[in-house]
Amino acid sequence: MKLDAKIPSGPLESKWTRYLSEIKLVNPANKRKYEIIVVGSGLGGAAAAATLGELGYHVKCFCYQDSPRRAHSIAAQGGINAAKNYQNDGDSVYRLFYDTIKGGDFRAREANVYRLAEVSAEIIDQCTAQGVPFAREYGGHLANRSFGGAQVSRTFYARGQTGQQLLLGAYSALCRQIQAGTVTMFPRTEMLDLVVVEGHAKGIVVRDMVTGEISSHSADAVVLATGGYSNVYDLSTNARGCNVTAAFRAYKRGAAFANPCYTQIHPTCIPVSGEYQSKLTLMSESLRNDGRVWVPKEKGDSRSPQEIPEEDRDYFLERKYPSYGNLAPRDISSRSAKEVCDEGRGVGPGGLGVYLDFSDAINRLGLDTIRERYGNLFEMYERITGEDAYHTPMRIYPALHYTMGGLWVDYNLMSNLPGLHVIGEANFSDHGANRLGASALMQGLADGYFILPYTIGAYLADCKGKRPPTDHPDFRAVEKEVEERTRKLLSINGKRSTQSIHRELGKLMWEKAGMARNADGLREAVSRIPGIREEFWQNVQVPGEGGEINQELEKAGRLADFLEFGELLCRDALDRNESCGGHFREEFQTKEGEALRNDEEYSYVSAWEFQGENQEPVLHKEPIVYDEVKMATRSYK
Amino acid sequence: MDLKLRVWRQKDRNSSGKLVEYDARDIDPEMSFLEMLDVVNERLIDSGDEPIAFDHDCREGICGACSATINGIPHGPHRATTVCQLHMRHFQDGDTLTIEPFRARAFPVIRDLMVDRTAFDRIVEAGGYISVGTGSAPEANTLPIPKDQAERAMDAASCIGCGACVAACKNASAMLFVAAKSSHLNTLPQGKPEKERRVLSMVAAMDEAGFGNCTNQYECSAVCPKSISEDFIGQLNREYFVASIKQQFTTK
Ligand code: FES
Repeated sequence: MKLDAKIPSGPLESKWTRYLSEIKLVNPANKRKYEIIVVGSGLGGAAAAATLGELGYHVKCFCYQDSPRRAHSIAAQGGINAAKNYQNDGDSVYRLFYDTIKGGDFRAREANVYRLAEVSAEIIDQCTAQGVPFAREYGGHLANRSFGGAQVSRTFYARGQTGQQLLLGAYSALCRQIQAGTVTMFPRTEMLDLVVVEGHAKGIVVRDMVTGEISSHSADAVVLATGGYSNVYDLSTNARGCNVTAAFRAYKRGAAFANPCYTQIHPTCIPVSGEYQSKLTLMSESLRNDGRVWVPKEKGDSRSPQEIPEEDRDYFLERKYPSYGNLAPRDISSRSAKEVCDEGRGVGPGGLGVYLDFSDAINRLGLDTIRERYGNLFEMYERITGEDAYHTPMRIYPALHYTMGGLWVDYNLMSNLPGLHVIGEANFSDHGANRLGASALMQGLADGYFILPYTIGAYLADCKGKRPPTDHPDFRAVEKEVEERTRKLLSINGKRSTQSIHRELGKLMWEKAGMARNADGLREAVSRIPGIREEFWQNVQVPGEGGEINQELEKAGRLADFLEFGELLCRDALDRNESCGGHFREEFQTKEGEALRNDEEYSYVSAWEFQGENQEPVLHKEPIVYDEVKMATRSYK
Repeated sequence: MDLKLRVWRQKDRNSSGKLVEYDARDIDPEMSFLEMLDVVNERLIDSGDEPIAFDHDCREGICGACSATINGIPHGPHRATTVCQLHMRHFQDGDTLTIEPFRARAFPVIRDLMVDRTAFDRIVEAGGYISVGTGSAPEANTLPIPKDQAERAMDAASCIGCGACVAACKNASAMLFVAAKSSHLNTLPQGKPEKERRVLSMVAAMDEAGFGNCTNQYECSAVCPKSISEDFIGQLNREYFVASIKQQFTTK
């Protein structure tokens, strides 16, 4: 396998502009002749499908939801970063670039990140023009807030519903193209496999989730915008339907999977309340702007939070990281919370929680200001816990939230499999080992609106040979495999529900490959996962039939892939004998308990190549080379 | 707590359905409503029965996928709350809950509690956007927008497209949904150039999809999980009135 990142030459600041002026263009008259498949309709997918449609391509867009407007990007609350420097606080493209590289613990690709920072400002212009109702100052100009991991205020937001508003903007652009006839939308349609013809990705096999029909679609290029894999942990902040199937199927067809062990834990989620829990709810990290995180100094302090006086409270983030305080990056905040809970100082049921206290902010700014800033988050908290956070501190605990790893892509956002492009959370490229808050929305939209629609031209302009018809033998063969697998799932007729097995996998992953990992635990996970997989294929119960709406069948198909993918994640975590970003290996930490990176041996992207069923995958390394920045120890003290 | 459930079961779009009774025992009041259904479903699967199909995804009240009518109220009895965020602590031990899909001519039931809401997408496709291609936007701060205008647009834009408004309306009208989208865009200066075309085409698409007429009862707003105000229906009516008069003059 050859991994060529295809980074343009020249100085960092001019790579992208030069690339744009030198890229081969597809003749406008010819664009109509190309068909492009986009899988997923979140920020990346909807933005890409709409823009490709505007450019004149024929686009087919697929999503598993009943409407493209429901993709999980909609749940992002906090905001979107952009180097506009509206606050005149010294922000710049370079600073956003540097913060992202540093936040990613020096494991992201320089050229990709610089480009991301460069296009960030344009995203705000585009979204504003679409009618995204960003928060404004009294003077009518756009407002900003600050976010974890940055000392400037560069986050744009729409109340606590930024993801929703940006997605509805992208969805409206998509709808406009559907109306214009350039995009055909396939809702309630799930991609179950990728079709590779003569070494090029040329189509997909899908299941119509209403009729159960399995069919093929061919195209000149395929774009995956299928999100992340947090649900391998069963409990995460992802929507229940989020899954790794599309990406994992692509991996099994030859695309390299990069850095699967880079997972992000979000520090401000509502703690688990019981075994039946079906998902974890995140509350925007923006809460940390005004909330102070603390636990009692003594373990086992059972007083109510109001009864605990100042001197008995430990504001542990402010104590340990005086310059960033409550705004310390996500991984650091999460681990600190785990530490104090491990010491027995956690609060709430099970002791798995820390306080996020707004009383100082309410005294300082008044109840109305707090209500205006966070009203909907406080309501959300109340709805779930039955508690009023204006009067008693919230309880929060970290949860799986985002995955930085994903399919390997080059500068063109194309995987090593020609024709297969991967954007947004589904690729690995921009966040290194840890993503900064408010950067996921930025990346999804950057890829979808401003990068992929141009870089895909590089492949199409060169792409000789027409797309194959869907009755091509390679399509037929994949269709047959998919049908076979569906039949198999339905015929096991065992004793356990899919969910019970997913729970088992999730627990193991969280314990051994969650917030903190070590070699023994990871080895144990690698040896135990095949057993759970075996149990699944022998003993799962998938009721109903294939030719109808069958939600259990959908879940089982997704879990089957998670059961293989989880093992890959653990193998990657085991290979990486260092701590960096979201990947914390207990054996590699400083005396103060901070992550200990090993730049000498591990400055590489791990790209895994599938070798066949039940074979160990092969690791390829793409070295990480920095021309512009110097690797430094990430310090937020 | 122990509950009795009466749940609408229907195999597919073309079959007829009926209410079937189930016992839901040992339900933890801290569960969400959908978690309660998960538990019931796991038990159904264990006993070899087919689980109850229902739409859901984010389970945090924002994607708009979940949809069920509980004891006659879309999204259930708790105000401003989607069914995925409704918690069992709001019910009493021994309650009987009748759980049905959102009912409307334009939302055919496709299985159990799942309905087809693609009619909403068709309405947005008809004009629920601002026509601005990627890359052609001016610098964002060149157009200051008064804070109250932006806030009003945001109030309207909070709609999650779940369809509860339609299910609550005795005429199965989609006016609140259409009004929320058109008011969001028409309130902002960016949306003004297409304002009239927008309301005319969205309302036409709504009629074509088979939604009923609005008779100003505002059941829609009362059940809306995002509390979208009925004021927006007033705004839509005014804008529609102006737009149709203008249209008559221009076509003559
Ligand atoms: S499941 Fe998303 S709003 Fe209820």
